[in-house]
Amino acid sequence: MSAVASNGRGVTSAPWFTSIVTVVLLVAMLGIGGAVYPGFLSLQVIFNLLIDNAFLLVIAVGMGFVILSGGIDLSVGSVLALSTMISAWLLQNAHWPPLAVIALVLLLGACFGGVMGAIIHLFKLQPFIVTLAGMFLARGLCYLISVESITIDNPMFTAMSQTQVPILGAFLSPGAIIALVVLLVAIWVAHFTAFGRAVYAVGGNEQSAAMMGLNVGRTKVLVYALSGFCASLAGVLFSFYMLSGYGLHGQGTELDAIAAVVIGGTLLTGGYGYIAGALSGVLVLGAIQTLIAFDGTLSSWWTRIVIGALLFIFCVVQRVMGGRSKQ
Amino acid sequence: MSAHTSGTTVKPAAQAAASRTAWLLHPLVRPIGALVALLLVDAFLVPGFFHLEVKEGHLYGAIIDILNRAAPLMLAALGMTLVIATRGIDISVGAVVALSGTVSAMLIGGSTPSTPMAVALAAALGVALLCGLWNGVLVAGIKLQPIVATLILMVAGRGLAQLLTDGQIVTVYYQPFFFLGSGYLAGLPFSLFVVAAVFAATLLLVKKTALGLFIQAVGINPVAARLAGLRTATLITFVYVFCSACAGVAGMLITSNIKSADANNAGLLLELDAILAVTLGGTSLAGGKFSLVGSMIGALIIQTLTSTIYSLGVPPEVNMVVKSIVVFVVCISQSSEFKNILRRSA
Repeated sequence: MSAVASNGRGVTSAPWFTSIVTVVLLVAMLGIGGAVYPGFLSLQVIFNLLIDNAFLLVIAVGMGFVILSGGIDLSVGSVLALSTMISAWLLQNAHWPPLAVIALVLLLGACFGGVMGAIIHLFKLQPFIVTLAGMFLARGLCYLISVESITIDNPMFTAMSQTQVPILGAFLSPGAIIALVVLLVAIWVAHFTAFGRAVYAVGGNEQSAAMMGLNVGRTKVLVYALSGFCASLAGVLFSFYMLSGYGLHGQGTELDAIAAVVIGGTLLTGGYGYIAGALSGVLVLGAIQTLIAFDGTLSSWWTRIVIGALLFIFCVVQRVMGGRSKQ
Repeated sequence: MSAHTSGTTVKPAAQAAASRTAWLLHPLVRPIGALVALLLVDAFLVPGFFHLEVKEGHLYGAIIDILNRAAPLMLAALGMTLVIATRGIDISVGAVVALSGTVSAMLIGGSTPSTPMAVALAAALGVALLCGLWNGVLVAGIKLQPIVATLILMVAGRGLAQLLTDGQIVTVYYQPFFFLGSGYLAGLPFSLFVVAAVFAATLLLVKKTALGLFIQAVGINPVAARLAGLRTATLITFVYVFCSACAGVAGMLITSNIKSADANNAGLLLELDAILAVTLGGTSLAGGKFSLVGSMIGALIIQTLTSTIYSLGVPPEVNMVVKSIVVFVVCISQSSEFKNILRRSA
């Protein structure tokens, strides 16, 4: 990375350049929103971005690790749905205590991811196809539990969905605070632990990482287990938010998460980027939705088009501005 | 598709034994075996599965139904095969299906078409070709990773289709258009003839011209192929255009069959089924060797599996679980690590 930065192209090829671009973009979007729509630029609107996208932030954090390690995880949306389904069923039909339910769901999510990681590593399969199968499997398991949506009326879950934590005159939901804590822990893990360094090394060059004596297999299994854990935690947050379990929850979330990570400045080839980019990426996606909602005349499908266009611009910028490719 | 040849020296006796079982190593044996096994299950468990009858000059039966329903998937799988052979992937197939279906339905419109049907179909195909060109330029020109490059269209394509229709489902009332997806020719569904024509054309293109060899060369080693003088960028662009064209035709078949264009749901997850079909057919996702016949069989396996699950009275939701387990088993059994483990234990 330092070689890329020092080859004379200066600022534009520094590793943090695209991440900064995203932050500038986010500020510009909020600024334009504030200038055009009265009431847009309040702290609550920005907090609402976090509240509405808490689950996406948690998934994007997990996805960030997977992409940094050079892989991809397409199963996260389905694991989210499966987690909402299992928690709803255990709470409503089996009457388990809520904390036990959450613990079990998180454990299952981590195991699900870990098994996929083990398959990817042991059989040297492409992460894309293995997690695709995982996506089908988790979605199918949802429907095996129930085809219908299950409403959650557990007091703890409803409390979590209705509590407002006042901060600086505005409020955040417990889910959003959990998501922010996850983000902080993830940043610490990525940049200050041996595991984080191993993830960057494996993503940069798996062969070199193995030759340096890093345990590539362990790192990969852990990365996918982490992503599965994040996806199931996102599922728990999503059931706080929606108060239901449903097999159709979170469809397409994996694409939003990948888009958020890419827009946040992480290269899909791995080894290059920041976990913190997940936050700016998710906030940009959320700001697009909010702007379109504030406008009122634009139809909601513009969201997809704008996200597609942003993805395009960011991928091209990454290519042009000193991004590397393994092709 | 060439026969497997092992580089190691084999003892003469072992060689004789190997040549007797050599056909077992043919890449098409496993997909055909899987299809036959599925059909056998059907033959035993589903009464009248192989029963065919002629009603009003049309051939009816479960087999015909499977073939007819598999038509869009077979088309998508054909295009996907060439893309995967160049080490690529195209996850925008479903979005292209939605776009081309929407364009054809909107141009044809009511019971008297506002545009001649041929023009409408050509326009739909043109949109699909443009989508393919976009993907191709992103992959071959800007050199984005294929999965990212096509992700862009996958995310934005459905949005564009909905923008065109204003979020509505466009219904078509023009009778001749229905012939495409639900008409009959010589007693067989017309969609089968479409698939057969595309399949034959593709087969001729890759077998009788050097194109197949070139695609394989790009998939095995893109750098070496370029150094050998192949215009890899043009070739890669071509396969993405071809894949989108196949998806476009599939979109017209689907739209014609359901007599409307649903930008939200038309061809939803079709890209995943197409990738699955190609993998089941024995084409490696690592690029290089590919089998068009295998992909067609793969598509048939998926559709037969779906129909079997429906006709056995198993809840259709199980379908996804079964599919995912099939993918796991097929991928693991194709991996060289698994073969090494088998060899060591044998």
